[in-house]
Amino acid sequence: MSTAAPAAPPEQQEPDERLAGSDRTARILRRPEVGALVAAIAIFAFFALTTPTFDTASGASTWLLTSSTVGIMAVAVSLLMIGGEFDLSAGAMWGTTGLTTGILMNEYGANVWLAILASLVVAVAIGVLNGVVVMRTGLPSFIVTLGTFFVLQGVNLAVTKILIGQVAVSGLQEADGYTAGQQLFGSFVTIPIGGSDLTVYAATFWWILVTAVATWVLLRTQAGNWVFAVGGAQTSARQVGVPVFATKVGLFVTTAVAGWLVGMLLLFKTTTVQSVTGVGQEFIFIICAVVGGCLLTGGYGSAVGAALGALIYGMVGQGIVYEGWDNDWLYAILGVMLLGAVLVNNWVKSRAEAVR
Amino acid sequence: MSTNEEVVRDVPADGDFGGASDLTGTLSAGSPELPARGETIIEVRDIGKSYGSVIALRDVSTSVRAGEVTCVLGDNGAGKSTLIKILAGAHEHTSGDFVVDGISRHMSSPRAALALGIATVYQDLAVVPLMPVWRNFFLGSEPTKGRGPLRRLDIDVMKQTTKAELQAMGIDLRDVDQPIGTLSGGERQCVAIARAVFFGARVLILDEPTAALGVRQSGVVLKYIAKARDRGLGVVFITHNPHHAYPVGDRFMLLRRGRSMGNFPKGEMTLDELVAMMAGGTELEALSHELSRSLGEESSVAQQMAAELRTK
Repeated sequence: MSTAAPAAPPEQQEPDERLAGSDRTARILRRPEVGALVAAIAIFAFFALTTPTFDTASGASTWLLTSSTVGIMAVAVSLLMIGGEFDLSAGAMWGTTGLTTGILMNEYGANVWLAILASLVVAVAIGVLNGVVVMRTGLPSFIVTLGTFFVLQGVNLAVTKILIGQVAVSGLQEADGYTAGQQLFGSFVTIPIGGSDLTVYAATFWWILVTAVATWVLLRTQAGNWVFAVGGAQTSARQVGVPVFATKVGLFVTTAVAGWLVGMLLLFKTTTVQSVTGVGQEFIFIICAVVGGCLLTGGYGSAVGAALGALIYGMVGQGIVYEGWDNDWLYAILGVMLLGAVLVNNWVKSRAEAVR
Repeated sequence: MSTNEEVVRDVPADGDFGGASDLTGTLSAGSPELPARGETIIEVRDIGKSYGSVIALRDVSTSVRAGEVTCVLGDNGAGKSTLIKILAGAHEHTSGDFVVDGISRHMSSPRAALALGIATVYQDLAVVPLMPVWRNFFLGSEPTKGRGPLRRLDIDVMKQTTKAELQAMGIDLRDVDQPIGTLSGGERQCVAIARAVFFGARVLILDEPTAALGVRQSGVVLKYIAKARDRGLGVVFITHNPHHAYPVGDRFMLLRRGRSMGNFPKGEMTLDELVAMMAGGTELEALSHELSRSLGEESSVAQQMAAELRTK
């Protein structure tokens, strides 16, 4: 296509004079992640003021780790949700990939990188399967991936039992090449801050990287434009030549690969993986994405918002422990946050679609 | 050009956009080489389409010329959609000739039609409401810069081009960053038209662009149809409203029950004749009687209709 744009008159590069300054502020405030940012600051302040350990370096190490593993998933799931689909199999993918690599290394003495690559191939295959089935059948992805979720959950248990006679892989540190994988996925750095050490695991760096790449792709690339389009109006997107099929399958592969990444992070950090690892987490990712500004109906949202949603999840989960409250309250709080976020998001959407 | 300006005046004027008319023709970034004004781009001769034993369209002839508007008029079920689908490449015709640039063609897909510069703007417009105007404008054909993993949208070019192209069509947007869903129906229609023009359309097929719009918004769209025509495009304007067709049309093709009722240049027809032909004189008369019965002889609608009948 032609990119030889006309040299626009210079005054057009200036903001239109009808855009008052307050309007620009209003536009920043309407960004999808603003609500999550405000909530994250408020929640941090609350726990920092009411508990002695929450804002210390060692206290923060704990909730940062939880936020990181959930955050990687939430960011990938937010892309998928902006593209108008769900993936309920994302949590079980942790177990599937962790078990694949763990069993290959422990039981078959496979090379660490080959074992990691093998589970990546498994993850991509499952992602492609999810995407192709959703697109070919036209069934809601909620149903299709619910099916995949149960299949993975069952296979994780059954195949692991057949192969190793147990329901968990453990003692990975004994396997050859473990240290190499551990460098990449399970290592940590300690930063002394204010008398205690802030432990930052590899997961946190991966989380930041994934969020940055996802934001770049979403806002600055052609693929990102297509993600918004297939989620916002699939028929229209197809009419103007957006490759809808490839975009959606790519999104399912993205969440599957994110599941693989977290599977590796957990495996090499803890050296053990249960068959049920990740099961029950799939809705947490969706909640984080929605708290971060994603619409359940697709076409709108932000990767940074989802990362902030995961940060909130991590902080609330650990804050409850530091407060000495019963941990069961976590789910009640999550439920309230989800409902609140959905209401706010729908209000934002109706404003965005309203005819002026 | 001067006659065009007169024609535009028949359209309900829209004050907001009045000042932009002098920009016509100064900006045409992506526009292709357009044929000379008045040159025939598409010619259909005795074209027809049957679906099995059902004949949806038969013996229809008309032409589309650069810088002219061909109006296709007809009531619901008259065969307008079938004709558009043939022109747009969505359906193949089963009889007659479909000649583009002097070569007889059978088009198998909308993509084939697009490759010949025939673009169709459907009623649903193919826009994504929640996305900003500039992202919608380039959706599916985004300009990029950089290489490899750094290949990214050329956002400055996208925004500036969108603003300039819309301005060339006479749409002065405050902010191309607003979601396209916040624009009025008429403005959205115009963005879709501007997009088709930018991406190389020589012939623009507009499927009932004014059907869902109010009087004022319809006026805005008609004005942009005139703008597209003035830029040298051949326009096919499908409508069931002769009052919308007459001000901008250069030739009128009437369809009824899958048959052409004639193909008239503007000089051979008045608006009243067109209205009468559309509805069928006797049907209009019957309607006039019925209205005067239900609304009373004094009602303005009945009087207007009676007056229209007298002028024939």
